This record gives sequence, C-alpha cells and structure tokens, in this order.
Amino acid sequence: MDVLPIILVVAFFQLVVLKQPFPNLENVLIGGLLVIVGLMLFVEGLEIGLFPIGESMADALARKGSLYLLLTFAFALGFSTTIAEPALIAVANKAAEISSAAGTIPNNPEAIADYAFGLRISVALSVGFSIVIGVFRILKGWPIYILIIGGYIMVMVMTIFAPKEIIGLAYDAGGVTTSTITVPLVTALGVGLASIIKGRNPLVDGFGLIAFASLMPMVFVMAYGMLIY
Amino acid sequence: MDTGFFYVLFQTLLDVAPVVILFGFFQIFIIKKSIPNPKKVLLGIIFVIIGLTLFLIGLEMALFPIGDIMAEQLSSPSFIKNSGFSPESWKAYYWVYIFAFSIGFATTIAEPSLIAVAFKANQISGGKIGEKSLRITVAFGVALSLAVGTFRIITGTPLYMYILVGYVIVIIQTIFAPKHIIALAYDSGGVTTSTVTVPIVAALGLGLASVIPGRNPALDGFGLIAFASLFPIIAVLGYGQFLEIIIWFTKNKKHEV
Repeated sequence: MDVLPIILVVAFFQLVVLKQPFPNLENVLIGGLLVIVGLMLFVEGLEIGLFPIGESMADALARKGSLYLLLTFAFALGFSTTIAEPALIAVANKAAEISSAAGTIPNNPEAIADYAFGLRISVALSVGFSIVIGVFRILKGWPIYILIIGGYIMVMVMTIFAPKEIIGLAYDAGGVTTSTITVPLVTALGVGLASIIKGRNPLVDGFGLIAFASLMPMVFVMAYGMLIY
Repeated sequence: MDTGFFYVLFQTLLDVAPVVILFGFFQIFIIKKSIPNPKKVLLGIIFVIIGLTLFLIGLEMALFPIGDIMAEQLSSPSFIKNSGFSPESWKAYYWVYIFAFSIGFATTIAEPSLIAVAFKANQISGGKIGEKSLRITVAFGVALSLAVGTFRIITGTPLYMYILVGYVIVIIQTIFAPKHIIALAYDSGGVTTSTVTVPIVAALGLGLASVIPGRNPALDGFGLIAFASLFPIIAVLGYGQFLEIIIWFTKNKKHEV
C-alpha cells in the first residue's frame, strides 16, 4: 500500500511519457519488496522500541524534577542526532564547495573541510538549542505559534541581510536536520512530557518540537553565512 | 552510492549510535533505573535499524537511479522540443511539474518519519485525526510544493518571495485554525523531508537548474526542500479547518432536524 504510488508514478513516466523500456525490471521489483518489508519492520520497531524509550525517558526525567537535567538531555538529544546526520553532512559539503568556488574561502581542502565542519556545528547547536526552547515551552505551556511566528520573523529579517548565495541553502538546511530516528524520539519526548505535566494537552502542547528544530537551522546558517562572507 | 547490505547497515548504525549512547548514558548514570521490558525495547531498536536498512537498499535499487534519469530526461532539450511550446516558455515544461507533483506525493506517502508522527497523532487524538488522512494531506502538500518549486526554478523567480508569502499564509491560517491541529501542522513541515524525499528532490532541483539556460545551480537549485517543509503546514492547517467546518455543518443540520 505504502509503496504502490511510487511504483505507479515511476511506471507511468517511464512507459507512457518517456516511452522507454523499464531498465532492470527485476531490480525495481526486488527493491519495492525490500521497501515494503523494511517499512513493516520499522513501524513494528517504533511501537515496541523507539516510542516506549522516548516516553519512559520523558517520564523518568519529569519525575526526577530537575529542570537542569531535563534541559541538558533535550540539548544533547538535538545536538547529537544532528551532528551525525548524513543529509546534513551532504548539504554542508555542498555549501563549502560553493563558497570556495565563489572565492569567499580559500580553495584548498583544509579550508573547505573547516567550513563544512563549522556549518555542521552551527546547525547542530541550533537544533540542540531549539529542543531546549521547545521543551521549556511545554513546561510553561506557552502556545506554539508564538515561537513559530517569532522564528519566521527572524528568518525574514535574516533573509534581508544574508548573502544571496547562502539563502537557498539555509532554507533547505531546516528540512534536512530531522532524521528518521530523531523524529519518533523527539515526538515521544514531547508527547510524553505533555502527558505527564498537569494541565498540558498532548495534542496541543506535545507536538511542535520538530517544527522549531526545522526553523532555527535556517537562522543559524544565514548567520554563519554572514560571518564567513 | 554503495548498496551493499553491510555498507547501508553500517551507515544506519552510525546514524543511530549517538542516540543509543545518549539514552544509555542517561539511563545508567542519571535515571539509574532499568527500563521496562528491556528485551522488547532492544528488539524494537533492532527492528528499526534493520527495517531502515532494507528500506534504503530497496529505494536505492528501485527508485533513485530511475528518479535521477527521469528528472534529467524530462528537462532535456530534445524532450522539451516535442512539447509544442517554445523552450523559453515555462509552459514547455509541463511534464516536469506533473512529475514533481506525482513523485512528491508518492514519496511522502512512504516517508517513515511521517508514518511515525501520524501514528502518534492518531493515538493521542483518540482516532479523531486519521492516520491515513493526515498522511494523504501532507503528501498533497508536498506534491503541490514540488510543482510550485520546479516552476520557480524554471522561471527563475526569487525563492524568498515564495517563502515569505507562504509564511504570511501560515500566520493567517494559524489565527483561524482549531487549536489542537496547530502544533501537529507545524511538525508536519519538518517530517516530510527526510529519507525518501530529500535525495529525489535534490536531484530534481539541481538537475533542472543545470539544464535550463541562465540558471545557476548554486542559486536556483536549492529551495525545493524548503518548499516541501512549508506547504504541508498549510495543507494540514487547511485540513483542520475543513474538519471543523464539517463538524459545524453536521451540528447545524441536526438542529434543523
């Protein structure tokens, strides 16, 4: 069911629009089968593994009653999952190439690696920071739209001042930071916290951590661009 | 990219390692209590790792090579010539928009992160928010965003204009949308763009920008992912408003009877 649309789209464009034979039909069929089995295992694993540990951690930390510990955990979760994120590494390397081609950083491998690493650190810091703010919001019960609209305003203001070359990249950086492992854990953390704390509604207050974590990297990457260019 | 099982497994393990270390550290040194059902949880984590590995290998075999080639072929000058429009016109690229729309929809339906969030949303809303309908709504948002995004690359209009207008729409919708859908809608923007969608979308954007005359891949190739994180928010907020209207409508009807 989940993979059917992909197969239909690919088949339609290949056979009807481009009028070309299917390359490696067996590869496509085996691949489709692997995707289906993989998704089934993933969903099963979510239910019995990732969601329970995320929620039990939220529960245990809330019961400990130490705000400091909870926020440390929140920061570490955001930072550690982002710094190793493959999509981010790819985007950072791409950005480094572009800037060295534009002549803003010296065109040698060392400078490029430094730049890419700096970019990854700033994005990871921004995600850690946004999970901290997001958890704090759940504790305080602030409405999510205040953070999001505040974030939008920051993005708009930064867009005016940031160098043109970095804008598209910065906007994309927001989307790539939240990986398939991070999303279930962060969701479980938020929903878990909102279910334990009195007066919070899991639906209204529990979600929103991911949203903020995809917004802040845009601001940080544009800031990084302004520093470098 | 290498598609060997152990290579992909290793990559997935690298992705999971920081999380396992962090949770292990907090569990052992701070919480100092064992988790309930440790065996079951461990099994679950193994399922997630193997599931993602198979999923990625499958995509790499079935979708990515064809997706890349298709993006290239659909925007190639010889294909565009047959469209009946002049190659300078944005209309000549209509198959590209249709392709972007359909591939955006199809890949989002299979996006594991979105499945996770939809599952949780369905669970805690007591079934009020349907898992399938949320996923279809978000997929529709991504589909639309890619169609508009490719249009932007082809016409070369500035990215920030679209994003700013999108933000304004989101802000206006936030004022009117039911409160319980807002946080979920914002999150839907972040989850759409991970494992499946990003590689295809990046190939499409950079491919288009390098084929179309006058476009610079560095300036125009990016931005599709940003679109794909914005439109789902609008779609889900709209879905919430739609549900609200339906409820209001049925209530009014009952009063009449």
